[in-house]
Amino acid sequence: MDHPTTSTLLTWMTFLPLGGAALILPLLLLRASGAVTKELGDQICRVIALTASGLVLVLGFVLWRSFDPSNPALQFVQHGRWIPAYNIEYFVGVDGISITLVMLTALVSFIATIASMPWWPGNTHLDEHHFTQHGVPGYMAMLLILQTGMIGVFVSMDMFLFYVFWEVMLLPMYFLIGIWGGARKEYAAIKFFLYTLAGSVLMLLAIIGLYFNGPQELMDGRLVHTFNMIKMAQWGRAGGYAAAPLVLGFQFVRIAWIALFIGFAVKIPMFPFHTWLPDAHVEAPTPISVILAGVLLKMGIYGILRINYAILPQATKWAAAAMAVFGTINIVYAAFVCLAQKDLKRMIAYSSVSHMGFCLLGMSAFTQQGIDGAVLNLWTHGLISPMLFLIVGVIYDRAHHRNIEGFGGLAQQVPEYAGLLGLAFFASLGLPGLCGFVSEFTVFLGSLVQWQLLTIISALSVIITAAYYLWAIQRMMLGKLNPAYATMPDVNWRERLTLYPLGALIIVFGFYPKAIIDLIEGSLRNLILPLQ
Amino acid sequence: MDNLTSLRFFVPESVLTAAVLALFIEDLLVRRSAQREIILTASAVAWLALTGLALAAMPAGDVPLFGGLLQQDPLRVFFCWLFLGAALLTILIVPKSRQISSARLGEFMALLFALLLGMFLMASATDLLMIYLAVETVSLVSYVLTSFRRADRKANEAALKYVIYGGVASGVMLYGMSLLYGLFATTRVTGAGGIGSQLADVTSSLFRAHAFGGQPAAQLSLVVAVVFVLAGVGYKIASVPFHMWCPDVYEGAPTPFTAFLSVGPKAAGFAVAIRFFFAAFERQVPGGGYVAVTELPWPAIIGIISAITMTLGNLTAIVQTNLKRLFAYSSIAHAGYLLMGLSAASTAGVQAILVYLIVYVLMNVGAFLVVIAVSRHTGGEDIKDFRGLGHKAPIAALALAVFLFSLTGIPPFAGFVGKYLIFAAVVQKGGFWNVMLAVIGVLNSAVSLFYYARIIKAMFLEDALDERPISVPALYTGVLVALAVPVLILGLYWTPLIRWAAAAFGGGNAL
Repeated sequence: MDHPTTSTLLTWMTFLPLGGAALILPLLLLRASGAVTKELGDQICRVIALTASGLVLVLGFVLWRSFDPSNPALQFVQHGRWIPAYNIEYFVGVDGISITLVMLTALVSFIATIASMPWWPGNTHLDEHHFTQHGVPGYMAMLLILQTGMIGVFVSMDMFLFYVFWEVMLLPMYFLIGIWGGARKEYAAIKFFLYTLAGSVLMLLAIIGLYFNGPQELMDGRLVHTFNMIKMAQWGRAGGYAAAPLVLGFQFVRIAWIALFIGFAVKIPMFPFHTWLPDAHVEAPTPISVILAGVLLKMGIYGILRINYAILPQATKWAAAAMAVFGTINIVYAAFVCLAQKDLKRMIAYSSVSHMGFCLLGMSAFTQQGIDGAVLNLWTHGLISPMLFLIVGVIYDRAHHRNIEGFGGLAQQVPEYAGLLGLAFFASLGLPGLCGFVSEFTVFLGSLVQWQLLTIISALSVIITAAYYLWAIQRMMLGKLNPAYATMPDVNWRERLTLYPLGALIIVFGFYPKAIIDLIEGSLRNLILPLQ
Repeated sequence: MDNLTSLRFFVPESVLTAAVLALFIEDLLVRRSAQREIILTASAVAWLALTGLALAAMPAGDVPLFGGLLQQDPLRVFFCWLFLGAALLTILIVPKSRQISSARLGEFMALLFALLLGMFLMASATDLLMIYLAVETVSLVSYVLTSFRRADRKANEAALKYVIYGGVASGVMLYGMSLLYGLFATTRVTGAGGIGSQLADVTSSLFRAHAFGGQPAAQLSLVVAVVFVLAGVGYKIASVPFHMWCPDVYEGAPTPFTAFLSVGPKAAGFAVAIRFFFAAFERQVPGGGYVAVTELPWPAIIGIISAITMTLGNLTAIVQTNLKRLFAYSSIAHAGYLLMGLSAASTAGVQAILVYLIVYVLMNVGAFLVVIAVSRHTGGEDIKDFRGLGHKAPIAALALAVFLFSLTGIPPFAGFVGKYLIFAAVVQKGGFWNVMLAVIGVLNSAVSLFYYARIIKAMFLEDALDERPISVPALYTGVLVALAVPVLILGLYWTPLIRWAAAAFGGGNAL
C-alpha cells in the first residue's frame, strides 16, 4: 500500500470531538437516575465540549507548526483497510489544499463552542428559551459530532470515507437548527437537509461511476477498483476517465463532473441552489451560523478542488467558463439582494453567498494567483463571516430583533461593540489592511487575465458591497440614539473572547497573508498544472 | 435426490410443522393458566430455537430435493435464517403489544409458525407447482392473521381486500405457470429438462422459437407468461401494480403482524424471484458471473416496475398522517429499491438485495416496534401522537430516529450500505437505462427523507400534545437497543454483511 502511515494526528483531531460526545451519553444516564442534577450535568457537558474542541485547536496548532510547506504531497498520512471487499480504506492526510481548512475548522469550532456558553456576567438577556439554556447535553453532543464530521471531510483521502463524513455532518446540523433555532426553525432545518441531501445523492452516483471507471489494482489475488483519491487523480490526469464509455449519450467525465458539481454547488451555495442558506442562517442559533458560514460553506469549494479539479481535469477545463459566469452571478446578484435586506442576519447570509462567488471566479481562471486567491478567500471568509455572525448574535441577544431600521445611534451607547462591528464590516467589504481585501485582490489579479469582462463586473460590485455595509452602519450605529436601547449593555467577556481573536487574526492576515499562501501554494500549483 | 435422502434436508420444515401442531395443543392445555403468555412465548421461542438447531445441523450442499421440487443451497439457508430472525422479533414483541388478547395468543403463535413454514418452502421451491403452493400457504395464513382482531372493522375490510387482490394475483400467476407448462412441458425450473436447461440448450427448437427474430408467437407467450408469474411475486413484495392491498392491510392488521408482514413475506417473495429468474433465464459462467440465456428482457421489465414502484411509494407516503399507512407506502418504495437490485441481473445485484434485506429486517421491525410502544399508550398511530417523544421516551425516540435515517439511506447507518450496494450494482451494469434507474433511485431516496423527517420533526422539534410520560417495557427497550446498535455498527463496518451475502449467492465472491 503506498502512502504508508506517518502520523495519527489527524485521526486524533477527527475523533476527539466524537469521544467527547460519547462521554456525554453516560452523563445522560446519570442525570436520568438522579445522581447528577440538571444544572451540574449541563455544566459538565459544557466543560466536555470546551475541552474537546480546545484540544482539537491545540492539535491544529501542532499540525500547522509541523506541516512542511515545501512538500506539495500528502502529509500526516494514516492509512488502513476498512472494507476490503470494495477496497475501501481508512485513508486520511492533509496537503496544501486542506491544511488551512482543517485549521480553520478547529478554530471556528472552538469559537462557536465558546459562543455556546452562558457563563459570563452581564448575560441578563438569558432566559430559559435561550439556546444556551435548554437541552444542553444534546446540543453539546451534536456540536461535537458536527466537528468530527467537518474535520473528517477535510482530511479524508478515500472517496467513500469522504462521502460518509459529508453525510454524517447533515444529521447534527439538522437537529442544531431544528431544535435550538429561531421561529421558523423546522422549515429552515428541513430545507437545509433536503437541499444538501438531494445534491449529495447525485454525488454518490458520480462517486460510484468514478469507482467503476477508475484504476484497478491487484489485492488478495484479485483485481479491485479503488476509492483512493490520489490514485483516482493520477488516473484522471492520465486520461483514464476521459476514455470511459459514454453515459446517457454524454462523455462520462462531463456527466460525473456535473453531478459532483451540483452536489458541491448546493453547499457553496451557488446561485440558483442558494435559497436554503438565508433560511438556515437566520433560524440557526449564533454559534451554528458561525459554523455554517465559517466551515460548511467552504466544503463546496474544497470538494470541487479536491475531486472535480484533481480527478476530472478535462471536464474542469470544459466547464471553466460556466464556473466563472456562475461565480460572477453569485457575486453581483447576492450583493444586490443584500442591499434590499431589512434583517441584519439575512443581509450577512447573502453577503456570504456573494463572497463565495469570488472563490468560483478565482479558481475558474486556472492561474496561480486565481486559485491561491480562491483558497485564501476560504480562509479569510472563514475568519470574517464568523465574526459577522457573532456581531449579529450580540445585538440579537440584547434587542431580540435584527431589524436594521430598528436601531439607531448605538455607537454612543455601546462603543466597543460599534468598533468591533466596524472592523468586521470593513473587513468584509474589502478594506485594504484587513484580510478580506487580500483575497479579493488576489482573485481579481488571477482572473483578470482569463475573464476580463467578468472580473470587471465583479470588481465593480464591490461598490455595492461597500454600499450595503456602510448603509447598515449608518442606520444602526450613527444618528440619534434610539431611546429603546438607552440601557443596552456593551459586549461581555464571552463575546470578547470570541470577537477579539477573530478581529486580531483579520488584521494579522491583512498584513501578512504570506503565512497562508506559503502553506497552500505548492499543492495548488500541482493542481492547476494539468489545467493550463 | 430421492425422497428418503431428501428428508435429511427437510428437518427444519418438519420441525416447523410439528411446532404448529404442538402450539395448538399447548394452547388448549394452558388455557386456564395465569402464566399462559409467558409459557406460550417461551415455547414459541423454544420451537424457533429448535428450528434453528435443525437448520444449523443440516448438511451443506447444493442439491435438488424430492426430485427437483425444492433446492438445497446456501441461498435457501440464508433466507431461512432471515425468516427465523424476523419471526423471533415478532414473537418477542407480540405479548406486550396489547393488540392480541392473551386468550388467543396461542392461536396467533401457531398461525405464525404455519406462515413461517410457507416462507421456508418459498425459499427453496424450484418447481412451478411448489412455488404456487408455497406462495398460497403464506397468503392464506396472512389473510387470517390480518383479520385476527375479528371485532375490528378495519381489520375485516383489510382482510377482505387482501383476499380479493390475492385471489386475482395468484390466479394470474397460475395462468402464467400454465403457459410456461404449455411451452416447456415441464413444471421444473432447474435441473435437466427444466425450463432453464431447455432455454440454455442452443440446439433445442424452443431456443430458436423464442429468440428474437424467431417465431413471434412463442416469444410473446414467454414474455406474457413471465409477466404473469411476476404478478404473484409482485403481490407478495408489494410492488406496483399489485401494491393496492398494502396500506389497508398494514393499517388493519395487528401491528406486530404488520411488522412481520413488511419484512418476512417480502423477503420470501424476493427469494422466489431470485431463484426463478436466475434459474430459468441466466446461466452461471466461471468466475461467479451470470449471462442471459435468452433475449427475454426480464431485467428491463423489472427495472420499469422498480422505477414506478419506488416513485409511487415515496410520493404517496409524503401525504400520509397515519404511521402504519406511511410505513406501508415506505415499504412499497423499498420494494422498488430492492427490485432495482434484481434488475441488475448480476451477482452483485443479488448480493446487494440480500444485504439490504438483512438491514431492512433490523430497521423496519425496529420502526414498527416504536409504533407499537407508542400506540399501546396513546391508542393512536398518527404522527401527532409522536410529538414530543424525544422527551417522553428518549431511548425509543432515539432508536426510531436511527431506524428512520437508516431507511432514508444516510451514512453511517446500515441502510446506506444496502442502498449503496444496490446503486453500485446498477451503475456497474452500465447502459442508458440502468444509469437512469440509478438516478431515479437516488432522487427517490432524497424524497423519502421528507416524510421520514416529518416523524423526526414531530419527535424532537415539536412540543408534546400532553405531558403524559410513555413507559416503554424493558423488553421493548432491550429489543430496540439490540436492533439499533447493529444498524449503527453494520453501517460502519459492513464486511460481515458482504460475507454473508457472498456466501449465500455467488459462491463466496463479493463482486
